[in-house]
Amino acid sequence: MASALFSAITQGILWGVMILGVYITYKLLDIADLSVDGTFALGGCVAATAVMTSGMDPWLALLIAFVAGCLAGGVTGLMHALLNIPAILAGILTMIGLWSVNLRIMGKSNIPLLNTRTIYTDVTDWTGLPRDVSVLIVGVAMAAIVVGALYWFFGTEIGSAIRATGNNHDMVRALGVDTRVTILIAVMLSNGLVALSGALVCQSQKYADVGMGTGAIVIGLASIVIGEALRHVTPGKPSAFGSRLVYAVIGSAAYFLIRAIVLQLGLDANDMKLFTAVIVAVALGVPYLTGRWRQKHSYQREGATIDG
Amino acid sequence: MANERTQAPQPQASAADPMLKLTRVSKTFNRGTANEKVAIWPMDLTIDRGDFVTIIGGNGAGKSTLLNLIAGVFLPDGGTVVIDGTDVSLDAEPQRARYLGRVFQDPMRGTASDMQIVENMALAYRRGTRRGLQRGVTAEERALFKEKLGTLGLGLEGRLSSKVGLLSGGQRQALTLLMATLKRPDVLLLDEPTAALDPATAAKVTTLIREIVEGEGLTALMVTHNMTDALKLGNRLIMMSEGRVIYDVRGAEKDALVVADLLEKFEEVSGQAFDNDRMLLG
Repeated sequence: MASALFSAITQGILWGVMILGVYITYKLLDIADLSVDGTFALGGCVAATAVMTSGMDPWLALLIAFVAGCLAGGVTGLMHALLNIPAILAGILTMIGLWSVNLRIMGKSNIPLLNTRTIYTDVTDWTGLPRDVSVLIVGVAMAAIVVGALYWFFGTEIGSAIRATGNNHDMVRALGVDTRVTILIAVMLSNGLVALSGALVCQSQKYADVGMGTGAIVIGLASIVIGEALRHVTPGKPSAFGSRLVYAVIGSAAYFLIRAIVLQLGLDANDMKLFTAVIVAVALGVPYLTGRWRQKHSYQREGATIDG
Repeated sequence: MANERTQAPQPQASAADPMLKLTRVSKTFNRGTANEKVAIWPMDLTIDRGDFVTIIGGNGAGKSTLLNLIAGVFLPDGGTVVIDGTDVSLDAEPQRARYLGRVFQDPMRGTASDMQIVENMALAYRRGTRRGLQRGVTAEERALFKEKLGTLGLGLEGRLSSKVGLLSGGQRQALTLLMATLKRPDVLLLDEPTAALDPATAAKVTTLIREIVEGEGLTALMVTHNMTDALKLGNRLIMMSEGRVIYDVRGAEKDALVVADLLEKFEEVSGQAFDNDRMLLG
């Protein structure tokens, strides 16, 4: 039991890199980018193929996966920004197209990474620590590097223009920034991180599968929602940009922990996607309903007195 | 010919050139459909350096369309727009931003609510410049912005790191005005900047507009629904109706006008009563 929970947290942190990618599009740009289902698998497929077929260094494979993800995100970004296709539809098109691309890359529907050098075996060799601890260390280090890099990037001129784009397109254009460019950069960066996460996960689970990204967007949204909820109950409600990023990763770890617990309690693994979808739907719907309920509740038929 | 481009751009700007020159600029919406509407008939308009022009007119007169054509929000169907000697007729909105400061009617549109006051100002300070990986806000800028905020007299200089979403509509509009002029614009475009504010706040923002435009000698075009403001502010007044300029008056002649003159003029030229559902007579 304890080891199952430990491995769930580790997995959550590896997926946390993906959650940070989703955070960029969903929270900063206010776009639900469905391409991530495809780019997560793309990252895994590219890394597995690079390591197994091309004999590439597993660390370099991470970089290649990141670049591949950026390019795939660029396709979504261009469809949305240049061809004016709604973001959600552009993401679906990329996701569907990537299914074929991923099969082409691997040449089959999955590649096992057994008995091969991965970033985790490297860390185990260097430190002498048990494998599961090595995976956790790599995950935490990767998540920390990405959080730090994003914190830096979104403090730059381009980064603040991207954040402003999510707030107010009119203002950003009036200040001389082409919002098509800011959206494109953000969607590319986002999918690059998603693919990087796919590569990290594929090396840790020792196989890549064309279906490994299915439902990734929903896991991403669920983790962000859980992370935000945890942030709100933390004393002092940390609201700085850096802490929001950290809580996205914490949300991911929490999601995988909850998942492991309900599986231990006997939930069928195949029902997990339904369970996740319900979590997201409830989390997105409840604030709206409580707002309406409050409004109705405060209504007074005879008219409220406003002098009190 | 609405679609004819009549004039090549001046190769170099000189102080004698007008700051803004529109030549036979026109715009029709929903062309070829049952909802076709000519928003601007082919229009010539020359704005001199330092002109502060107030623009009034009824509903659908084309006032906002005119500002949007200048700002490049959409392209004209024909004609040329020349800002300070540069033909920008086919430039998109972000490219024209280097010449223009803009204040919108809706206070929400001029600022990014989830970002800090200082971040908003830094974005505006870089208007028209290429953005890279340098810091979004530098320490020197913080000091400069603090000083500039102090000139508004709203106490915002102590709230540099506050999110703009926490400010009132009037504060946001004052901030937008400051941001639009932080980097001196060739032309400042104000589209009913006080229409969404309560009367007391509107009066304060109007005073700020006057101080900034007159104090810095900016060239400005302000659409307003308030006839008194239109008469009180600026050195030139333009009245529009159904996509045309029907009255253009400046200097001493403008100073001598009162609201009744404007209403009379409108009825005389357009043959109908003034119909602007937001119009304030004084």
